[in-house]
Parts: sequence; C-alpha cells; structure tokens
Amino acid sequence: MLKENMLTSSGVMMNRELDMAGTATRIDSVTETKAGSKGKSKKNRPEFIDKHTAWEIVQLARNPYRPFTLDYINLIMTDFVELHGDRGFRDDGAIVGGFANFNGEPVVVLGHQRGKTTEEKLRRNFGMSYPEGYRKALRLMKLAEKFQKPVFTFIDTPGAFPGLEAEGRGSAEAIANNLKEMSRLKTPIISVIIGEGGSGGALAIGVADRILMLENAIYSVISPEGCAAILWNDESKAAEAAKRLKISAGNLLNMGIVDEIVPEPEGGAHIDYERTAANLKRAFINNLTELKELSPYLLVEQRYEKFRRIGEYLEE
Amino acid sequence: MAWFKNLQNTLKLNTEKKKGIPDGVWLKCKSCSEIIYRKELLKNSQVCPHCSYHFPLSADEWVDIMFDEGTFKEWDKHLQAADPLKFVDSEKYKDRLKRAQTKTGRADGVVTGSGQLNGHSVVIAIFDFGFMGGSLGSVSGEKILRAVEMAIEKRFPLIIISASGGARMQEGMFSLMQMAKTSAAIAKLGEHRLPYISILSNPTTGGVTASFASLGDINIAEPKALIALTGPRVIEKTIRETVPEGAQCAESLLKNGFIDKIVDRREMKKTISKLLEFFQE
Ligand SMILES: [Zn+2]
Repeated sequence: MLKENMLTSSGVMMNRELDMAGTATRIDSVTETKAGSKGKSKKNRPEFIDKHTAWEIVQLARNPYRPFTLDYINLIMTDFVELHGDRGFRDDGAIVGGFANFNGEPVVVLGHQRGKTTEEKLRRNFGMSYPEGYRKALRLMKLAEKFQKPVFTFIDTPGAFPGLEAEGRGSAEAIANNLKEMSRLKTPIISVIIGEGGSGGALAIGVADRILMLENAIYSVISPEGCAAILWNDESKAAEAAKRLKISAGNLLNMGIVDEIVPEPEGGAHIDYERTAANLKRAFINNLTELKELSPYLLVEQRYEKFRRIGEYLEE
Repeated sequence: MAWFKNLQNTLKLNTEKKKGIPDGVWLKCKSCSEIIYRKELLKNSQVCPHCSYHFPLSADEWVDIMFDEGTFKEWDKHLQAADPLKFVDSEKYKDRLKRAQTKTGRADGVVTGSGQLNGHSVVIAIFDFGFMGGSLGSVSGEKILRAVEMAIEKRFPLIIISASGGARMQEGMFSLMQMAKTSAAIAKLGEHRLPYISILSNPTTGGVTASFASLGDINIAEPKALIALTGPRVIEKTIRETVPEGAQCAESLLKNGFIDKIVDRREMKKTISKLLEFFQE
C-alpha cells in the first residue's frame, strides 16, 4: 500500500508519479493510523508524500482563484451573520468572522480574507491583518466561549501587516495575547490552513484543538522569499528555501505540526470549489464530533498537551 | 555529550570574549564614543557611565546582576537542538550550532533556573543574544516551558529576560510553534495566580515579542531597546515605508502603552525586588 520507507528528501520527486487514487488512500490511511495511536507515536505513522514540488505547492497555495474564507463559509455553512470590529479601534477587513450554522448547529467562524478584485484586495489588505484584526478575532472567540459554541478558523495570510502603524498599535501584543487566550479557550477550536499560513499572523488564529491543512496549502515560519533573502541574500532562491523549510501539508503532517490533510481535487482547490468544500466539511464534522465529547476542562488540558509536545531536541 | 564537556573546558579560558567585551583595558562606547575603562564598565552593569548606553549582556552576566551571590541554580543545561529539518543554507544548521556553542560555551541560547533575588525565590529564563541572535527554537521553547511548569510547582514568580531576533528559521514550523507552546505555559501560570515579569532588552523582535515577551503581568524594557514584531530594516525593505529613528524603541512603546516601565539596568534588581514584594502571597 504505502511506500513509506521510500520517502527521503528526494521523495517529492518520486511522488510526482503517483496517481490521484493512490494519494487519496494515503490520506485515509494516515488519518486512521493517527487516530488509532492518538497521535502519540508519530514515528510509527506512515509518511505522507506530497504530490507536487514545494515550489509548485507555494504557487497553488497562493493561487488567486483559490477559494477563500468567505467562499468556504458560504459553501459549508448557512445563515452567516458577519460581525464587525474590535470594539477598540476599527473593523479590519483582512479578517472576517461571525455566527453561522454548521451541520445544524450554531458556531463561530472567522478567518483571514484575501480579495479577488483589485478593489477587494486593497480593502482586505491582501489578507494581512493589523492588530485590530487579531483583536476582532479574539473578541469573536470569547463570544463563542461565553455561549459555548465551537470555533472554526480559516488561515490564509502572507503574514501580519509589516507596517509602522500596525507596529505602533501593537501587532506583537495582539498576536501574543491571542496565543495565550486561545490556549485556554473553553470551547472546541478547529483551524484549517486553506492557502498561505504566514508565520505569526497565521498562528494568531491557529492555536486549535485540531489543525487541518488543505493538501496544497503551506504553513511557514517565514515566507520562502524572506528566508532566501536572509540566508542567501537572494530572493530568487525562494523555491529552494520553500523545499528546505518543509512547509507543505505532507511535511507538516509527518512532523506532527498538523493533524490532518484535507484532499484537494487534482490540479488544486480552485478547480472544483464544491468538492474541496465537501472534503473540508467532512473533516470538520469528524473532528468536531470527537471534540464535543470532551468536557471544557479536558479539552483545554488536551490542547495544552498538544502544544506542549511540539519541538525536537536532544537530551542526554 | 563528551564533546560538549570538552568544549566547556576550553571555553572557560575564553570568558572575556564570552562576555562580549573586546580585549584590552579600554574600550570606546558605541553610542557616545567616549573611552571607558573596562573595569568601570563592569562595575556599572555594563552601562556607559557617560551616556547610559546599555551594552549587551550575556546570560551569565544577567545572572550576576540579578541574583544574590551563589544562589543561582541552572536547569536543563544540556538540552540541545536536534536539527529536525536537516537544514542547510549557506552552511549546515549543525555547523552553525557548533559555532554558537563554541562561542558562548552553551548548548543553546536560553538559560533557565532559579535563585534568590534580594531574598525572593524566583524562576528565570534568560536569552543569550550571542547564541544565534537569541533565536527561539525547540530547545529554548522547551526550556521556557519547563521553567514555567517548575514555577507553578514551586509557586515561585517567573522572570523572563528577552533578547532575540525572533523564531529560529532553521527549525521551520517547529520554531513558530514554540510561540504557541510558551504562550500556553504563560497562560497556565496566570491561572495559578503566579506573577510573571517580562524584561525586554535590546533587541527583542519577531516571534519572541509576539509571544511570551509581551505577556508579562509587568512588562519592563531597558532604555532605548529595539522592541518590534517587524524591525525597521524589514519594514523598509518589504513595504518601503521609512521608519523614523527611535520609532520602535522602548520609549515609543511606553508612549504607545505596551510596556509598564523603562528601567535602567543599574536599577533593575531593586525595581524587580520591589515589584515582587507587591505580589507576595
Ligand atoms: Zn556612552
């Protein structure tokens, strides 16, 4: 079934020859293994192999025709009521959120929103939030906790907006505070990286009980371009940086950073919005069902344990 | 770990370099260009007696400044990076690590432990900027988490002294996730009603600022320290916005409301001690 032992750093190349069905099996079996072992022994888990090169995945993740947060909300939820503002400074268009109905129950949903037209791209600031965006997100999550609704977050941002005004209003504090508050939020949180997960700006809404990732999304501590600029002083080496940073869904599942990969249609999510959304909906339902069985206390303790375990180091 | 012990021995000969002071009896202040007698600088907590410029401190120097003599006990000294990505750029991450270890005599960039500060028992984590720019990776994240959990167990207050360029990119997403890991630990500490004082020294930027460093019950900055998520060079490069001199220094952050106090290093121990008295149970 799986050629798990074949995966090396050159595994990406071999894998390009694999067919769609083979990969789908791969996803299922990975999920099963993981559920079976409760994610504790990632050493025994079969390796997931990406279908594209790292740089191809970066292009797919950033594809302007990909479904964005509001597309998914409209496709898998009903009765979305958008709520605005951080109650402190302004409404940040780079993050959207509100109430919605999911699979017959009320939920809180929020996420980064990129734009499709030039006008919308500017209004959404290309999905790069100011601190008030993160504060709006936290306000909605606190609302969810207060009224015991689950939270779904969609991650899709190049990063926090790197400008002086954003700095002055406390981008760092806003992100830090979200990390801290999300880690103790007494209601289930499910996050999904749908496109680009850019560093702290992505993590700011990503401290979740379950972290899902679309097959052709990326999640990285620094953009491949930024990494290349710092390490080689040469942005054109971004493709090489993307590969070495291991930012694909396959890599991150194998590293234990994300919990599940949501398959995309061949060619990418933009080829078939409905099918991608249906895959995501199924994953949401499965994960939410599991999380709802836990008391708020256990939920928070498990979330703490989940992040507590992340890291690779050597001890004598 | 034999090589590490050898390393430590050779390094003892190198203490002066480790402390970041150039050889020689005199040195020139980076800020006001006055000539300073080195012994004078040492006695002055490495603050320029002429212009109060705060010279960077190694973790060991911070220990000397903060703790009552002989009371500090270090923890988890031998944790070291595992290179989970087998990362190579212009050189191997493993080689970079070895170089930083040789330079600082430490296995990684954060020192944790506990000791007495004017008689108060505290847990501390101190970043050594000399170790790969104080970057936050799996080792520093784990050490901070363990320190916080120990603070909870012992019911001691926590102090973290930050000096960092941000997440350690060579560990990819493992390093980003240390922001969540450490912030979760800080949240837990807060639920146990234990005080956390964050000291932000020059520079504190990137993922460290966007996690535990901004989360103190009290946030204290050193004078003129650069504190930012995105530093001036990156802002200028990415969005071509001009960053005026001092726009991201401690004084601006105080004005903008993100830190409680700017404290001269020579007053740091006294100030912290006073704050700890307020927190006493
Ligand atoms: Zn001076």
